[in-house]
Amino acid sequence: MKRQVPVLITFIVGTVLILSVFFPPAERLGEDFSIFFDIIAVFAFFLGGGNLLRIHFGKVYQKREDWGFSIVTLCGFAIMMMAGLFKLWNPGGIAADVAAPGSLFQLMYDWIFNPLGASMYSLLAFYVASASYRAFRAKNIDATILLIAAFVILLGRTPLGMYVTSWVPESFSILQIPNLAIWIMVSPNLAGQRAIMIGIALGVVSMSLRLILGVERTYLGVDNE
Amino acid sequence: MLSYLKPSQVISIFLFLFIILFSFASLAISQDTETIEEIIADSVNIFIPTTATDVVAVDHVYDCGEAVDVSWTLSTDDEKIGEYKILRAGEGSPDFVQVGVVLPGNFSFIDKSVESGQSYIYKIAAVYNGNAVESEPSNIVIPDTEPVNWNLLNLFLIGLLIAGAVIYLISHAKSGKKLFIRKIAGLEAIDEAIGRATEMGRPILFIPGINDMDDVQTIAGITLLGRVAKVVADYDIKINMPVARSLVMTTARETIREAYIGAGRPDAYSDDMVRYITDEQFGYVAAVDGIMVREKPATCFYLGAFFAESLILAETGNSIGAIQIAGTAMPAQLPFFVAACDYTLIGEELIAASDYLSGEPRQLGSLKGQDVGKLLAMIALIIGVLSITIADAWGVDFFVWLSDKMDAMFTIQN
Repeated sequence: MKRQVPVLITFIVGTVLILSVFFPPAERLGEDFSIFFDIIAVFAFFLGGGNLLRIHFGKVYQKREDWGFSIVTLCGFAIMMMAGLFKLWNPGGIAADVAAPGSLFQLMYDWIFNPLGASMYSLLAFYVASASYRAFRAKNIDATILLIAAFVILLGRTPLGMYVTSWVPESFSILQIPNLAIWIMVSPNLAGQRAIMIGIALGVVSMSLRLILGVERTYLGVDNE
Repeated sequence: MLSYLKPSQVISIFLFLFIILFSFASLAISQDTETIEEIIADSVNIFIPTTATDVVAVDHVYDCGEAVDVSWTLSTDDEKIGEYKILRAGEGSPDFVQVGVVLPGNFSFIDKSVESGQSYIYKIAAVYNGNAVESEPSNIVIPDTEPVNWNLLNLFLIGLLIAGAVIYLISHAKSGKKLFIRKIAGLEAIDEAIGRATEMGRPILFIPGINDMDDVQTIAGITLLGRVAKVVADYDIKINMPVARSLVMTTARETIREAYIGAGRPDAYSDDMVRYITDEQFGYVAAVDGIMVREKPATCFYLGAFFAESLILAETGNSIGAIQIAGTAMPAQLPFFVAACDYTLIGEELIAASDYLSGEPRQLGSLKGQDVGKLLAMIALIIGVLSITIADAWGVDFFVWLSDKMDAMFTIQN
């Protein structure tokens, strides 16, 4: 029963979702199944929130290593939740939108959460530099080709690229670095990406069929055998 | 209380308080500053644009009667006007309401706010400097439901062919015929990576991406987790799995629990192996980076759907000297993983990983089914490239016809 019911649900939902693409009257049913998923996900969110609180309260209570960070997490969680639940400082009162301009929830989102998220995102600039340094070392032929392609694209996206090769006559304009960079992006690069995407699409079809037919059941926590 | 804390923790608490105080101080200052709006008096303008003409409304084909296609001939003053407003009224009603706006140069609009079976009539208003000139009303249109979307017949046939090949080869594989599957280095390295963590006595970190269970990549990641957890249970090492979705947390727990039971060590399993962090992308990244730097896992798995966080995670893992195995079907993130990780499962390899590792004939059969799809794609590519090249270069009628057919076959209309 533990195996059969989930497999049956997967079969019915998967089949309906496929049919809803080709048969417009079934579209609504497909949308309904997506909404069911959202409803289940909302309930599961309580489990997630509960798990977060349990782990961090336990860490603070037992004064385990790095418990100070857990205090920061719990404070952030509590303050944001209070601001959202009780709509603190909300100009429209308790009946207004939780994210109304001027509400504590929105202020914290705009002035604390967003800058912190942007700070994390900005780390990418430094990580791209360090990853590029490793990837572009000319250790073998493949890496050398990669290095040359990267150099052409970097140069092609700057005014220097145009300046360096502006003397190349129009009849050989493909050899101008900006044009060469465009060619690399729209021909070899795009061809490679499309090949990967065709493989992914076929893989998704195959995986979906295995799930619908119940051949793949590892995600249910049971073996396929 | 502060004496119990490490200096880094005290700094982080003070930093947290400082950010809150500074943010509110900035807010207080910003509220005192008002934006000065430029007020430009409207001069009297006597220019009146010509109206749009030939407004035609037709039922959007192959849908549930939820859309109407409206088209018109542009105003002869199209380059001067500001926008076209699309106005709609029920049949017999004099009250037209605005249902959409398009910029000059556009001569069609899809109204998706209609109800099946109701009658509608449309007008187009050409707007110049606040003055609107309305067109003549369109014909009456009644959106209707069509039972089959014939526009997608090509997609249906291609899907049927590939799905048929997969199903046939799954059943064919049951007969016990040995199938050749090429080696995938990233998957061969899984045991080695876990063994390394065992030798070093350090934990394993498993990240299943940041999407929910409705993403096939997350499912692929979880199926691989099942295989990894079995080895982890056998070797008796710690697995740490921070997740960004609650449903993934419950599914992953179930998967790891089953693996521990399968290994005969249910007592070694703990719910704390999988913990929920947050749904927010960069909040999750910050937490996982912190876990990496503090716990220094020997092996990191990144298997699932990743976005901008891929490089941040992989570079942090690299900086702590962890052996890293990544896999995603997000083409934009693959170069980052290739640059920063030891092994990368590229696209379909991630999705095929579970079958590959299981070695079960039925699952290997589905992999061969994928290969049939690839063969078809290759044949179609070769025919398409040759036909369009010959048609363009020499204009041979047959190849012009063939290239048009190939184009139609692989174009999805909605």
